[in-house]
Amino acid sequence: MALDREQQLEAFRRMLRIRLFEEALIAHNPVGHLSIGHEGAIVGACMALRDDDYVTGTHRSHGHPIGKGAEIGPLMAEIFGKRTGICKGLGGSMHLTDTKMGLICESAIVGGGFPLATGAGLSAQVRGTDQASLCFFGDGATNQGTFGESINMAAVWKLPVVYFCENNGYAVTTPVSMSHGQPDIARRADGFGIPGITVDGQDVEAVHAVTADAVMRARRGEGPTLIEARTYRFDEHSNRLAIPIEYRSQEEIDHYRNERDPVALYRAILIQRDLLADIEAIEAEVRETIDAAVTFAKESPEPETSDLWDNMYANPIGLDRAMEGQS
Amino acid sequence: MTLANSTTRLSYLQAIVEAQREEMRRDENVILMGEDIAVYGAQSLFDEFDASRLRNTPISENSFVGVGVGAALTGLRPIVDLTIASFCYLASDQLINQAAKLRFMTGGQLSVPLVVRTSTFYNNRTAAQHADRPYPLFMNTPGLKVLAPATASDAKGLLKAAVRDDDPVVIFEDINLWNKKEDVPVDADVLVPIGKAAVRREGNDVTIVSIAGCLPHAMKAADDLAGRGISAEVIDIRTIAPLDSTTILSSVAKTGRLVIADNSHRVGSVASEIAAVVCEEAFDALKRPVRRVTAPQVHVPYNGALEKGLFVTRDKIVAAVEKLN
Repeated sequence: MALDREQQLEAFRRMLRIRLFEEALIAHNPVGHLSIGHEGAIVGACMALRDDDYVTGTHRSHGHPIGKGAEIGPLMAEIFGKRTGICKGLGGSMHLTDTKMGLICESAIVGGGFPLATGAGLSAQVRGTDQASLCFFGDGATNQGTFGESINMAAVWKLPVVYFCENNGYAVTTPVSMSHGQPDIARRADGFGIPGITVDGQDVEAVHAVTADAVMRARRGEGPTLIEARTYRFDEHSNRLAIPIEYRSQEEIDHYRNERDPVALYRAILIQRDLLADIEAIEAEVRETIDAAVTFAKESPEPETSDLWDNMYANPIGLDRAMEGQS
Repeated sequence: MTLANSTTRLSYLQAIVEAQREEMRRDENVILMGEDIAVYGAQSLFDEFDASRLRNTPISENSFVGVGVGAALTGLRPIVDLTIASFCYLASDQLINQAAKLRFMTGGQLSVPLVVRTSTFYNNRTAAQHADRPYPLFMNTPGLKVLAPATASDAKGLLKAAVRDDDPVVIFEDINLWNKKEDVPVDADVLVPIGKAAVRREGNDVTIVSIAGCLPHAMKAADDLAGRGISAEVIDIRTIAPLDSTTILSSVAKTGRLVIADNSHRVGSVASEIAAVVCEEAFDALKRPVRRVTAPQVHVPYNGALEKGLFVTRDKIVAAVEKLN
């Protein structure tokens, strides 16, 4: 199912939002783990989902809620640590979760999201809805036990889950070739008896097409699919982490930045389709959205100490002195 | 018609099965999952409920607990049976990093109405990897509620309260109590509130705080002590987190003496926490030092006689009280 014209423009809008959101973070308050370079994979996958489908993400968490269509201001305020943040300043850069858009967890424990996405699929199946659940993870996470445990359960129970690997080639500095007995991640699907598909993660429409097929398969009750989107991280793993070694060449980075930038590639395609005027309007609009989000974040208040306690329990039974801690 | 206060005689394990049956009848979003769940008492549930709500899982403890978390986030109220409490360690990432933290990390956007059942298998010759009582680990985890019922009625009422609670709850069942029978309320809406200790016996000379399966030993110790003219008050804490320190402190204010019976390892035990709370909050009321009766800081041996020697008994509690005179 191909993207129609409006969806193509929406895909471009979301990719550009991720890009400019993160560039704003670099400019104003550099934090954490950036998704620049992954926009095509993230948005291609998210555009295959409905608003009521579930998504779990990773510590590289900014792109997923933006890709799913979340409102930008509360996301920006969250990374500034403010009370108006989507997580009230308590989650921050690695947990940028907007549940209104079906995001249920951005896990900073690598591999932590596999069971949660699987559980969301189980929930949809038991409740008899046709919701799907999409689990984003990186290549490094495929070496966690939860990868095999969870996909196996989803395969046995035919759960409506799409396991979506953003394979950027490096777990921090360790390349896939040095950490995976079988570096072709999609082939691991065979061990669980499910389809495994490799796709160019810099091509948003190709990603959308394979993800849409997997989502429809999930909705039909035919079980999970493993998708490996080959992508690339333009920036370092974390800009708070000094990397003392050279683990990838400048030529490689330059190649991806100059030749394989998913935003630039898609922009060129849409111009070929005579959408330049629409693109320029979107670029102006997204810049304005990001600027407004930064202003909102900067002007927002800091969280209160009471927010810590207010967000611990849904039913705070017996929250007495012993639970509050003593000075 | 069922009378509001009528009861039926059930063992501790039967009471747990009844609680699950009643909650699954009441709310179709309650599901039960775990390894070989039929073996651990759920066989009769398979006769009544759709198989989609009863899931025998692969041996993947961390992931099936996490599947429970994901299901809890999205509309179900799962009961996950971790069968043997030593397996909690395998599932600790999903329990501690996900279940306990998701509400907080999302600024209250999410709730995790998950129940994890698990059994402490000590005193059963199951050796070191099947015999732990790891509830202090989870008492030390903000975001979780931790329960430890000591009677059949509490096992039923606390499990039902846990299923209806919107927070993640870990319930430690004690297999040394599985066969103990009691008159248990029939009414499907009788709950035991989370966070309230029970005063099982009133007394004036010493407070014995009992955790989980220590209760029968504490009650026998109180009988013994009564024969010697010592009036012991026995408190069954029932809920480990949040801890009902109010009930403990008011008892110590009355008796001035405190013995805590806890089958977890001594260092960093629930007994340690209670001792610290009482020393901070009621030091002036104490006539003698607080004493802990716990398992020592060693692993559980296979040999049955050696194993029995590790745990709380009536005699150990009586001896601890006698040291306070």
